[in-house]
Amino acid sequence: MLEIKDLSVQYGKQPPTIEHFNLSMKKGEIISVVGESGSGKTTVIRAVLGALAGGGRVTQGDITFHGESLLNYSREEWRKLRGTKMSMIFQDCGGTLNPIRKIGSQYVEYICAHSSKSKKEAWQLGVSMLEKMRLPEAENIMNSYPHQLSGGMRQRVGIAMAMTFDPELLLADEPTSALDVTTQAQIVRQMMELRDKSQTGIIIVTHNLGVAAYMADQLIVMQYGKVVDAGTRDEVMNHPTNDYTKRLLAAVPEMEGERFVS
Amino acid sequence: MFHEADVVMRAEHIVKQFPASGGRTLTACNDVSLNVYKGKTLGIVGESGCGKSTFVRMVLSLDEPTGGKIFYHDRDMVAMSKHERWENRQNIQMVFQDPLASFNPKMKIVDILTEPLMNFGKLKKSGKEAKARELLEMVELPADFMYRYPHNMSGGQRQRVSIARALSLEPEILVCDEATSALDVSIQKTIIELLVRLQEEKKISMIFICHDLALIQSFAHQIAVMYLGHIVEVIPGADVAKKAAHPYTQALLGAQFSIHMDPNKKIESIESEAPSPLDVPKGCPFANRCDHCTERCRSEKPVLREIVPGHEAACWEVEA
Repeated sequence: MLEIKDLSVQYGKQPPTIEHFNLSMKKGEIISVVGESGSGKTTVIRAVLGALAGGGRVTQGDITFHGESLLNYSREEWRKLRGTKMSMIFQDCGGTLNPIRKIGSQYVEYICAHSSKSKKEAWQLGVSMLEKMRLPEAENIMNSYPHQLSGGMRQRVGIAMAMTFDPELLLADEPTSALDVTTQAQIVRQMMELRDKSQTGIIIVTHNLGVAAYMADQLIVMQYGKVVDAGTRDEVMNHPTNDYTKRLLAAVPEMEGERFVS
Repeated sequence: MFHEADVVMRAEHIVKQFPASGGRTLTACNDVSLNVYKGKTLGIVGESGCGKSTFVRMVLSLDEPTGGKIFYHDRDMVAMSKHERWENRQNIQMVFQDPLASFNPKMKIVDILTEPLMNFGKLKKSGKEAKARELLEMVELPADFMYRYPHNMSGGQRQRVSIARALSLEPEILVCDEATSALDVSIQKTIIELLVRLQEEKKISMIFICHDLALIQSFAHQIAVMYLGHIVEVIPGADVAKKAAHPYTQALLGAQFSIHMDPNKKIESIESEAPSPLDVPKGCPFANRCDHCTERCRSEKPVLREIVPGHEAACWEVEA
């Protein structure tokens, strides 16, 4: 479905942020991209979405979605793709909501912009999506301002919005990093359910190796903009070949693992 | 392992309330009693908003509790005069989550490191460089770092400087509020190793706030689990994986992701959200999310009871 070939991205005149990145993804597959800060993980999915931040550009390689190259898409073509076939979850979905408008009004606007539904139908769809994310009192949430919800609830609103049109590809940039462990577990479970129900392909970028390992069919480990290790979960987690991957895995604290004190 | 004689600091029945809009009160800490032992680490875990940071602010005398007492070697810190409190700050120092925000960006590392000593008149101007060199060596940084500015360093290096600054006064208690949360895992590990080494060398007591149970259990001697301003369980660090008794601690354990976990395993996590601290339930604070909740839990607040020495839990359903 999605194919990234030999991708290099450069910001301004700096050295390339990512180099020779390859990825191939089937429908309903989950790929985790892990690595430390500054390794270029976020740049990868921003490139896929055609939303590279200031001055970033693809200098080499190609990104194809269903066989069509995304690099030469016009604004109109992007508009049709983003938000419906391809959508994104940010680390702080609350931050992408307008703080002075109620959630319902933003949700309805989003649905109407991408479909020919009436406002009433859009409202109903919004409520049902929020209920699917197991948010209590969905009507009430539609009538709330973003600041009235907790971080976990806002994140779920963001995911509900991203899932509205059953996208084929969901790009998740650190979707659980700012959340508590209990909320993180809920969100991870809900993302897995969505994959099972609607066959959504997910690329999840995270520095939490536990989450990455749990969700992924394929894992990609990045360092300094290069892929240092890639393969199935079993290959990377249980039989890592690369030294960096080994070091990274050894540094993850484990229950009943290494104890530093007696 | 924990003896009464080794208690460095004792918090007794700490309550902290803040006034909120509409005449309501927000209860951030509700009857918190904890002991800090000489040379040991006390880990505090809990979800955001459970009152962990409020508690350590009171430990550092940055806030005054609404009720209760904090004893530092049998001296009540709450009743101290302003001058005594200032003097006492040398004994309790802090490392923050974001070192960049806790440094003055226009000061060089040498000035940052020696500022606490200069403040307490323990260092002459001429001795600054020698002291800074010594402190940098302690945290395994090269001496020429002292002429750098904070923005010229990586996150891990900054956190080392932050630790060196906090230890410059040779405090007895070091408080770390999510000191490694912003760092990558490999850097996190080196910082923890550094802290553990310094603790052994200098017999420092640590209070370490963290939301990663797997991390905290790897080096804490005792762990206090906080929920909605209450301490729900106090357990030795080595026992938490196997012997956790309180349903909330078990829920935290169930929500852990491990790189070695079975991918087909269902994630067990509690649904719903914690109640608002503006409206703390009458009975057990965890009652609305607990699977073992009974009538008694809803009406009567459980108190911390000892299960075995060193392990306490506040739950009616746990056998004492």
